[in-house]
Amino acid sequence: MKPQGQGERDTGSGSALLDRRGGSVGAIVGYISKTLTLADLEVRKLKHDPTELVTRAVQPVLWLLVFGVVFTNVKGIPTNGYPYIDYIAPGILGQSVLFIAIFYGIAVVWERDLGVVHKFLASPTPRSALVLGKALSAGVRALTQAVIIYILAIAIGVRLSLNVLPIGGVILFVFLGAAVFATLSLIIACLVRTRERFMGIGQLLTMPLFFASSAIYPISLMPSWLQTVAKGNPLTYEVDGLRGLMLPGYPTSHPIVLDLGALAVMLLVLVLIGAKLYPRLAR
Amino acid sequence: MQIIRTEGLTKRFGGLTAVDNLTISIEEGELFGLLGPNGAGKTTTIKMLTTLLPPTSGHAQVAGFDIAARAAEVRRRIGYVPQLLSADGSLTGYENLLVFARLYDVPRAERKSRIAESLEFMGLSDASDVMVRNYSGGMIRRLEIAQGMLHRPEVLFLDEPTLGLDPIARKAVWDHLTSLRVDYHTTIVLTTHYMYEADSLCDRVAIMDLGKVAAIGVPADLKKSIGTENATMDDVFVHYTGGTLESRGGYRETSRTRRTGHRVG
Repeated sequence: MKPQGQGERDTGSGSALLDRRGGSVGAIVGYISKTLTLADLEVRKLKHDPTELVTRAVQPVLWLLVFGVVFTNVKGIPTNGYPYIDYIAPGILGQSVLFIAIFYGIAVVWERDLGVVHKFLASPTPRSALVLGKALSAGVRALTQAVIIYILAIAIGVRLSLNVLPIGGVILFVFLGAAVFATLSLIIACLVRTRERFMGIGQLLTMPLFFASSAIYPISLMPSWLQTVAKGNPLTYEVDGLRGLMLPGYPTSHPIVLDLGALAVMLLVLVLIGAKLYPRLAR
Repeated sequence: MQIIRTEGLTKRFGGLTAVDNLTISIEEGELFGLLGPNGAGKTTTIKMLTTLLPPTSGHAQVAGFDIAARAAEVRRRIGYVPQLLSADGSLTGYENLLVFARLYDVPRAERKSRIAESLEFMGLSDASDVMVRNYSGGMIRRLEIAQGMLHRPEVLFLDEPTLGLDPIARKAVWDHLTSLRVDYHTTIVLTTHYMYEADSLCDRVAIMDLGKVAAIGVPADLKKSIGTENATMDDVFVHYTGGTLESRGGYRETSRTRRTGHRVG
């Protein structure tokens, strides 16, 4: 048995050599494949136990069916001529993305209380790939919510754009938004390290992020200090982009590319911070 | 060849010196046991050697690379089974292994056969597609060891691998570790509380106390060294640590250990 083991160890170093020859391209491919491995993990978990997705969907359904329907009768909210229910459908998707991702840190704390984080960190996986993998995992979950919200919104008569390009854009925004909030959540988890403290901060953060955004009303209605807050809020860019993509012809506050860029830059910064802090969890 | 070498390895947490100027070396192919009371610095030592914890001062080389300067190289060459429960209950045994096959760059073409071989080796082939939450404590530990050996590490670190297992499951874990060493020539470094096991299975042991090595050597020699007739490892342990197993640990560690025991067992 030993010679066989020896032989395979040799192949191992052979492919390492190939990696080195492949240089940065090989490294990038490796990086991406490891990031995707973690996202794939999440897909597999959801396949084994999809009940959470259903319970998670209750909240956005209520917002859309109750809040949305009731407030459609209030004509005072400027929505660029779109029915209010159409206006908030992308907002509720953005909210759903936020809610599902912002408590991702809880899973991180849980993994730390077990030994999962330790084992990931002792493996030759770049720290930022671990963080980005977690972020994409949140994206996978958020995407399932998007499907539910789309079906429901269409059922109650919201006129959504159903062309390939906008839907592809929505998928991108959902992933990017979930990644931003999940990474923010991971950073908080790395700092506070316990479930109790994390829950406190998570609760504290969620509502301000939600209300200080354009999810359920335009920013122009806010007092100026709140507008300033809203302009730094990732959810504002998330919802703005989603609205532009989901509602045909909607005049967004920023060009969609700018919304995308803002989220991408925020994600990059957060992942770099997260990668610095994540190893702390194993100490 | 020395596969692990530490020189003055030290870790301080605030005012507490968890590992104090540790200088030891471990030979390739050895099964090495780190013993000691709770809080002696065993886990901290393992965490430094697995690159999870940067040392305050001193150096260590694992598989030929410095743990601080060349951490990535070290990580490629080691396997690690933490004390805490680290298998994912919401995945199958196969999936638990697949993740680590990918993270450790096991070539795609070999993944399936490697995973099958690891499962077979740990006696888990039949449980391959069973959700890990339905595994017994002993099966989970063996799965975690399978995860740790999947990439054929040069050194496998295990922190309390038999904690919380019943005697039969414990024996199965030890049998698998012994054959892992024979079949793959893996160097194994582990911590344990069970003196009898350390005695019968480790080539050499180091007894740690208050972050220092109180005694190191072959179990038979250590038993002779204390001058008691028919000494057991328990006697050796008490002789060198001067205390009982219960003397230290604190609330946090106890609560963690208990929880691990509970989940695994």
